[in-house]
Amino acid sequence: MEVRRAARPYLLVVPALLLTCGILYPFGLGLYYTLFDFSAAKPQPDMVRLHNYGTLLTEDAFWNSAWVTVLYAVGAAAVETVLGVAVALLLHRSSPLGRVLEKVLILPLMIAPVIAAIMWKLMLQPSVGVVDHLLAPLGLGGVQWTDTPAGALLSSVAVDVWVYTPFVAVLALAGLRSLPASPFEAAAVDGAGRWYTFRRLTLPMLWPYVMVGVIFRFMDSLKVFDIIYALTEGGPGDSTMVLQIRAYLEAIRFQRYSFGISYTIVLWAVVYLAATVLVRRLGRVQRKAAEAT
Amino acid sequence: MSARERLAGWLADAALLLYFLFALFPVAWMVVLSLKPSDQLFSTYFSFTPTLDSYRTVLGDGGGVPFTRFFLNSLVVSVGAVALSLLVGLPAAYASARWRFRGSEHLMFTLLSFRFAPELTVIIPLFVLYQELGLFDTYVGMVWVLQLVTLPLVVWIMRSYFADLTPELEQAALLDGYSRTQAFLRVALPLVGPGIAAVSLLAFIFAWNNFVFPLILTSHDAQTVTVGALSFLGGDRPRYDLTAAAALVSAVPPLLLALTIQRYLVRGLSLGAVKS
Repeated sequence: MEVRRAARPYLLVVPALLLTCGILYPFGLGLYYTLFDFSAAKPQPDMVRLHNYGTLLTEDAFWNSAWVTVLYAVGAAAVETVLGVAVALLLHRSSPLGRVLEKVLILPLMIAPVIAAIMWKLMLQPSVGVVDHLLAPLGLGGVQWTDTPAGALLSSVAVDVWVYTPFVAVLALAGLRSLPASPFEAAAVDGAGRWYTFRRLTLPMLWPYVMVGVIFRFMDSLKVFDIIYALTEGGPGDSTMVLQIRAYLEAIRFQRYSFGISYTIVLWAVVYLAATVLVRRLGRVQRKAAEAT
Repeated sequence: MSARERLAGWLADAALLLYFLFALFPVAWMVVLSLKPSDQLFSTYFSFTPTLDSYRTVLGDGGGVPFTRFFLNSLVVSVGAVALSLLVGLPAAYASARWRFRGSEHLMFTLLSFRFAPELTVIIPLFVLYQELGLFDTYVGMVWVLQLVTLPLVVWIMRSYFADLTPELEQAALLDGYSRTQAFLRVALPLVGPGIAAVSLLAFIFAWNNFVFPLILTSHDAQTVTVGALSFLGGDRPRYDLTAAAALVSAVPPLLLALTIQRYLVRGLSLGAVKS
């Protein structure tokens, strides 16, 4: 009986654990593949140890992809955070209009990112797309949105912002609504100004919620795939060739399996490292916010 | 209310309106595009005679693209992945909320860490593996990979629901002569019913919206709408009207579900990191 009791939680977890192997096994297998020169051209691969990583780190294509990925992730996460918090603050004021609009806030978030990218692709078509038509009277017509390097990167970040700003806004709004009232009442009694209250009370207490949003958005944008795939496929040139798209081209299109996986392993290591640092920081921020209340 | 406050209120509303214009316009524009006759797609921008032709084509023969098949495929594999995740995820979530046991935190973190792993790392080996095992382009193969997305979601969110439940309720059931299993099934599970409903719908949305897994691990038989919707843009002549209709049709299930679980969304989206 005692043994059964001790074993009970394990028994309940075993099925989930087995399914978890569904990801651990291919992950381990992928890691193992990267030690070989496994490709369609070489179905009987030789062990090359870390050669794939050595090649990768000396290739300009890799460093370009790494740069584009960081640019994309930082840009998307930054805009989404600022815009999301702003939208949440505006909705928190709760005007009749705000109450109506709040109901549709999550709409873009529920559309598959790839579908969102398709929608934007249709709108951004030069000369036939609606964006071009709307901007023409402002003298901004004829912009090749997705056909110039800067435009393509900007457009893909814009799609990311369109899809995921509501995510940050929803989190920040939940945060705002859960803030305790007493510090604000005390500040009002003391005659604190609106800006002072925002800087010294609202923002520090809201920060943990915002951090959760930043962590999720930054981690997710580092491994962006679907939006870029549907919008630009990495082009023009290599201007939007983020790491996962490069990995896809190498592994699936060119069938250089090991080399393609090496790209994703490097990306995984970076994401894992960034997650560890950010989550530790979140812990500190949460403690500090708890002190502020 | 002072004049200054009223002005601030108007400015806030104007700023909100501007953001929501940006947020809602693409969807509205897809509706417009999908209703335009194909010969008027680019000519007269804001005046046209609406027609349902593009929907008829997309939901009919699809102009050579088996769109309805893709739609049904999405339904089957998404429901399958959610069912499988609930079956194994609920007991695991319950165990980790009720008992602290060796390795429990590690296991939970491992499950969560998949949220941060690049999909392609596992897909490429799975692609090779699936070719060998005959799982490529099958329902079983798709359910198996989509479960990688839905299971962590179910475990993490349900864990916080179970943790909010006081253990006294089940202890009372045990005193009444229930077995531990009966206490779980008849007392704990019904109490977190709303949570289960919310997490199921959310997991369904995540599975439905996934793109990378079906892109690489299916070709036709098990291909889903997210990949299928791109088909109308390919080929010699991209069909913008059909693409717009397909995009809207494939967004309908997640949108409908989202509206029904709106209240529970925050906890779900943040994997329980923010309770609401």
